[in-house]
Amino acid sequence: MNDEVGDGEVLASYNFAYLDEQTKRMIRRAILKAIAIPGYQVPFASREMPMPYGWGTGGVQVTAAIIGPEDTLKVIDQGADDTTNAVSIRAFFAKTARVKTTMQTGKATLIQTRHRIPEEALTNDQILVYQVPIPEPLRFLEPRETETRKMHGLEEYGLMHVKLYEDIAKNGHIATTYAYPVKVAGRYVMDPSPTPKFDNPKMNQCEALQLFGAGREKRIYAVPPYTNVVSLDFEDHPFEVTKFEEPCALCGSEGAYLDEVILDDKGHKMFVCSDTDYCEKQQRKKMQNLGEEAKQRAFS
Amino acid sequence: MYVAVKGGERAIANAHKLLAERRRGKRSVAALGLEQIVEQLSLAVDRVMNEGSLYDRHLAALAIKQARGDLIEAIFLLRAYRTTLPKLGYSTPVKTENMLIERRISATYKDLPGGQILGPTFDYTHRLLDPALAGEEAVFSLEEGPISPNNFVRVSDILAQEGLIEEDGRLNGAKPNDITKEPLDFPMGRDTRLQALARGDEGFLLALGYSTQRGYARTHPFAGEIRIGEVEVEYFIPELGYVVIIGRIQITECQMVNQFSGSAKVPPQFTRGYGLVFGQSERKAMSVALCDRALRANELGEDIVAPAQDEEFVIAHSDNVQATGFVEHLKLPHYVDFQSELDLVRTMRRDFEKAKDAVRSTACGLHEKQEKQKTGEVSSER
Repeated sequence: MNDEVGDGEVLASYNFAYLDEQTKRMIRRAILKAIAIPGYQVPFASREMPMPYGWGTGGVQVTAAIIGPEDTLKVIDQGADDTTNAVSIRAFFAKTARVKTTMQTGKATLIQTRHRIPEEALTNDQILVYQVPIPEPLRFLEPRETETRKMHGLEEYGLMHVKLYEDIAKNGHIATTYAYPVKVAGRYVMDPSPTPKFDNPKMNQCEALQLFGAGREKRIYAVPPYTNVVSLDFEDHPFEVTKFEEPCALCGSEGAYLDEVILDDKGHKMFVCSDTDYCEKQQRKKMQNLGEEAKQRAFS
Repeated sequence: MYVAVKGGERAIANAHKLLAERRRGKRSVAALGLEQIVEQLSLAVDRVMNEGSLYDRHLAALAIKQARGDLIEAIFLLRAYRTTLPKLGYSTPVKTENMLIERRISATYKDLPGGQILGPTFDYTHRLLDPALAGEEAVFSLEEGPISPNNFVRVSDILAQEGLIEEDGRLNGAKPNDITKEPLDFPMGRDTRLQALARGDEGFLLALGYSTQRGYARTHPFAGEIRIGEVEVEYFIPELGYVVIIGRIQITECQMVNQFSGSAKVPPQFTRGYGLVFGQSERKAMSVALCDRALRANELGEDIVAPAQDEEFVIAHSDNVQATGFVEHLKLPHYVDFQSELDLVRTMRRDFEKAKDAVRSTACGLHEKQEKQKTGEVSSER
């Protein structure tokens, strides 16, 4: 087995994908346990990484533990490949694991993400790795780990339902728009990481394996492929996905998650896709269609 | 048109070039050597070794230089290096009673076997800026006396002879937990807690220790003994079947003696808070000892009434590398979440305006009705 990075001059003392093999084995064990108990937070001995806690160390450790030389990696932050932290993490693995990287969702075997799920449906030969800041969905209702652990053990989720009910009583609707809690495989209530609730339906029966890494909080959890993931709601107040009133100003897509971009100091703004790869693809399609139409018109 | 703040690879590379430039500063000023940092900023080096959990003065000095003197950044650099080192094993417990003493004081006894040794301390200096240090310093040399004998009896052992103080815990051959290899698990054993405190942020633990003195979980502490000096690190090699000395480290040990009037669980006696840290880090060792004692509330059957006694609160927030990472991650883009929140606030404001309008129209309706009653219109309507 050749785990050392080939070029001895540059990185002589670091293993393939930075972490040593013992540590990777420990993380893989935690991942296997997490897959066996969907939605359950498995404690693991998170290591210091060469990037700060809160900047994706959990996701980076999960990726480092499962990435192989054959993998093609995509890293997104806020849906975009070119945000600073995504650039930094992609460069980290390009350097320490020498893997191919891509910005195209369809071409990646491994996607590390912060705050979004790609618009394009994932397939069963892909793995999605989430960076998670606070893995405990009950944390802001009960700050103590000793208590929340008990609540999960006893499947005691009344507190969460009371919170959602209070939202409705106060506002007429559930006032949680991101990190919207879900129930996985009918058992554990799970935090989907701070993705907008717009993305929640994509987690349900997803073909790809979804892994969640929280470095600072030392937890790993997982949603295996084809697993039920249900957003918590009430019969008379069903879960609703955020809808946008206008299409993307660049590609014209409807039904994609949009970012608001301020254009000037007079409050003018436009809405564009947050998933940059998806947006570019749609723009290419649009151009092609326009080309086809022009061709047809010219020949007819 | 689309000019959102997104950084490419070039922006990052350029930012880092500028950082390197600023770190070096004016080229006409000589660059700092690691030896200078090790020798002349040794207490900063000690702090970085402590909270970086790695005893290596030169690496700590390198980290301080690279971090431009930002000690938490330096601690982070050292930790990220430490984590990649192979973990070969555990030393036998260091014998602090055999310490080669450089400083040793006790606040509980006027004099004691071995005596009080002040050593290199800021205590009793007048904090007056010394202009003489601003330029080249005059070279002077100090004639150091003979090294003190290294068998000073520990104050806790003196008290133990009378049975007035609780004993040292027994190891019973148990392997200590290792917070660098196992995830933290609450509630935790005292060994785990002391490890976490040893790498905890000095400022945070100082403030918590201080809070116990100001009445938030008073522990009635006395500085039973503080000793600074070198101890030998011993390692048992199973292949050889005996213990060998693998090196020598400088440490600071603090034993707080706490008056304790007893509880349902424990009879009246002196209890202890303990702090052990690398280098000369007296403030840190004392803070650890105060926090250690406060965190034993549950074990000793005391009421938990203050933050310093709350294990999850203290330990979960004491690691400054974790804390600074998560606080500073707020600089990362959050516009996806913020977009959801924008929508929500807009919806809630619309609802709020609607509700206000509804109230206003009802109020108007009432007012009209009253006016009509006055003019008798209502009665005529009947």
